[in-house]
Amino acid sequence: MKRAPTHSYPGINLGERHASAHKASEVVTFGFWVFLMSDLVYFGLMFATYITMIDAQAGGPGPHELFDLKSIFAQTLILLTSSLTVGLAMLALKYNLPRARIVLWFGVTLALGVSFLVLEMRDFLAMAEKGGIPQRSGFLSAYYGLVPLHGLHVAAGCLWLIVLGVQLRVMGMTDLVISRVMRLALFWHFLDLIWIGIITIVYFGGLTYG
Amino acid sequence: MTSTVSSFFGRLNWDALPITGLIRDPNANEIVANVAAGIVIVGVVAVVGLLTVFRLWGPLWRDWLTSADHKKIGIMYVVFAIVMLARGVLEGVVMRAQQAAGPGDGFLEAEHFAELFSTHGTIMIFFVAVPFVFGIANFVVPLMIGARDVAFPVMNQISLGLTVSAGMMLMVSLVVGEFSTGGWTAYPPYTGAAFNPGVGPDYWIWAIVVSGIGTTLTGINFAVTIYKLRAPGMGFMRMPMYCWTIICSSILIIFAMPPLGVAALLLAADRYLDFHFFTNDLGGNMMNYANLFWLFGHPEVYLLVLPAYGIYSEVFATFSAKRLYGYNSLVIATMSIAIMSFTVWLHHFFTMGQSALINAVFGIATMLIAIPTGVKVYDWMATLWRGRIRFSVPMLYGLSFLMLFVIGGLSGVILANPTVDYQVHNTLFLVAHFHNVLLPGVLFGLLAAYNYWFPKAFGFRLNEFWGRVTVALWTFGFMLTFLPLYFVGLMGMPRRSFSWEDPSFHPYMIVAVIGAMVILAALLSVLVQLWVSIRDRNKTRVPVGDPWDGRTLEWSIPSPPPPYNFAIIPQVTDRDDFAATKERRMAYPTPDAYEDIEMPRNTGIGFILCVLSGIWMFALVWWIWWLAALMTVLIILAIIVWSFDTSTEFIIPAEDVRKEHEAWLALAHSAAAVDRDLEEAPENRGLARPDLEVAT
Repeated sequence: MKRAPTHSYPGINLGERHASAHKASEVVTFGFWVFLMSDLVYFGLMFATYITMIDAQAGGPGPHELFDLKSIFAQTLILLTSSLTVGLAMLALKYNLPRARIVLWFGVTLALGVSFLVLEMRDFLAMAEKGGIPQRSGFLSAYYGLVPLHGLHVAAGCLWLIVLGVQLRVMGMTDLVISRVMRLALFWHFLDLIWIGIITIVYFGGLTYG
Repeated sequence: MTSTVSSFFGRLNWDALPITGLIRDPNANEIVANVAAGIVIVGVVAVVGLLTVFRLWGPLWRDWLTSADHKKIGIMYVVFAIVMLARGVLEGVVMRAQQAAGPGDGFLEAEHFAELFSTHGTIMIFFVAVPFVFGIANFVVPLMIGARDVAFPVMNQISLGLTVSAGMMLMVSLVVGEFSTGGWTAYPPYTGAAFNPGVGPDYWIWAIVVSGIGTTLTGINFAVTIYKLRAPGMGFMRMPMYCWTIICSSILIIFAMPPLGVAALLLAADRYLDFHFFTNDLGGNMMNYANLFWLFGHPEVYLLVLPAYGIYSEVFATFSAKRLYGYNSLVIATMSIAIMSFTVWLHHFFTMGQSALINAVFGIATMLIAIPTGVKVYDWMATLWRGRIRFSVPMLYGLSFLMLFVIGGLSGVILANPTVDYQVHNTLFLVAHFHNVLLPGVLFGLLAAYNYWFPKAFGFRLNEFWGRVTVALWTFGFMLTFLPLYFVGLMGMPRRSFSWEDPSFHPYMIVAVIGAMVILAALLSVLVQLWVSIRDRNKTRVPVGDPWDGRTLEWSIPSPPPPYNFAIIPQVTDRDDFAATKERRMAYPTPDAYEDIEMPRNTGIGFILCVLSGIWMFALVWWIWWLAALMTVLIILAIIVWSFDTSTEFIIPAEDVRKEHEAWLALAHSAAAVDRDLEEAPENRGLARPDLEVAT
């Protein structure tokens, strides 16, 4: 299959409508894909660690005592919706909609990201009340090594959203800012992908095998 | 360690200084520790003093520390690697002396000896081999592919900053506190908080984490540079072999550094937050650490040795005046090694309890790697075959490598057999094996590269006589030091022992320490060669840029290259493009027009992150929590503030480029071309006469 010549990396390409920004973002966006690949290995290894330690509960509380699927369901809905809104920001960018539209979708994404983090923190506190702290067992160490790592990524994404929102105002739609918007969108979808892994392996897998 | 922890200084107090130990109990062990700390302090004071006396702070800051030029970053990497190499070699000599001191306990204490082998390994792998490999790559790769810089010049600077600050932690550990005694692999539970509550393993952890981040960024940078920035016409199968090895090495970094980061960070979680990943109790499992560490560790050795293979490929071709033999097979072999290197990590712990079947699978996988490596050795020999060989310094390193590396490789195949491994694991046989592949393999390759590309970097050649002396000293020093270790290893002498009893080991230990002295002389000889070469630089200048009748694009530009490398980005039509152009008598063309060139502007972010991350690591090691938190905030702030900087590039006007380029072209057209007989003579001004028949 022959690719269109303007398609220089996977995902949404800005295309010829944004000639200079498209050219400027080619190398950095490709590089960001490579970075995500490397970051994915971190998560892959943490998943592997979790799987090997699922039985290492050492008499402490296990998945059945600790996991609250209702809260996980809510978090999943929130995070998946935020992936939709960040995608809408990207489309607004690609089709030259007003800058305010991008900022609006960024704002919604940020709100969703923060609510996700709040729910996640609530989960951690509830688990801690039932004795589910990382110091208790290898299983809990692996859980707290993986899930908060994803949370930390979401927090970093939120910080990035804020900084980039400011840059959209201060610096305007320069090629640099446009390419950063595209990378942030990739990063946010990546967080979603990891979350799918977390609900499948950590929560469902934990409840099935733990 | 002390038990008092203050809120301001953490667990830092006067006991952390080695001089305190010397005052309390003066003995040989304390004297060695204090001399080492003294060397670090004197070194720092001397550097600061010289910079001040010669008023070099300004130039250092403007031309080097804030530069985003890949060539300067590459040179700084190599300087850093050589400084660290000096420390690593000295430690090796002290260890050899300790073991040669005869049956009994020698002059060092066990703890001190353990620190020595831990820092020696950590330094040689992470702060000599890696920065040296990527220093050379930094300098060479953009020139080879016809690019003006790497894909992310500022990120490149940050990588350097993080690597250096992590390396500095090892220097600081000599003066303040102590380093880990857990070896370069730092296996828990020994390095866990229960058995090792001191600062040693923490120094190891943070140095590894921070330099690992720097290396990962470098890997991403070079993968993207080679994928995206090749000059027009340079398809993958027209890339110089060296670029192939760097891209494989970058891929290895991208996938293999994360396991190391995970292993070190999980160990940190165990030590700092009382997690139970690798502890003996509450479900911890140290085998996870062994797997994670070697999932990194084995690809690591290939990410170091592949670039050296690339260097040898360039050196053999150039100094045989021939095309590299078997290019396609070398590409396939390199890629095969890169992929297979991820399938063999378990051979590092055959004895740690898995089933015979699993051991057999990994043993066979390990032996299979010898096949592509063997292909390479034959390709190199076939490149030499009927070439017009010049025994220049890089070629001599190459020949020394060919012979010695085969021995090291074969001893690796022996070790790959689990049944044999059970007999010799953890003996000096293993130490002999990996030094046998890392010295002739990696280090000789890097020294060959240093001699080969030095004139490109600085505009004058290195002294040939001292270069040859250095090759001889390294080669014989290596053989004397490490070949005896094969024998004592087979006789059962365990590695890492500060004391031994069997008198039959003694002769071998004596030979080994003599070898260590020869290696020390080799290190000094490297410095003498540099000194003599700088003194005689006016006789060896090669401004036209092609002293060796080179084959690849970096030789088609001036020495030293201008900041923008290529006045005109070349159009590539052949594999050894510059050699082909010379054969067609079309080298040094006069371009029709020049364009403005956009180059990255200087920035201080790399240096700022270097300093901040250094303080951050120190604060974490000594539990100075407020400082660690402050540094975390400052690091994030520094990156955010930097991201608002919009004037990241500046323009070099076409007129300036034209003037410089035309002056150089005039020089190239007026200089006398020399043939290979005059390669080492002052007449060699860097214009080669391609007067040879084209050998095939």
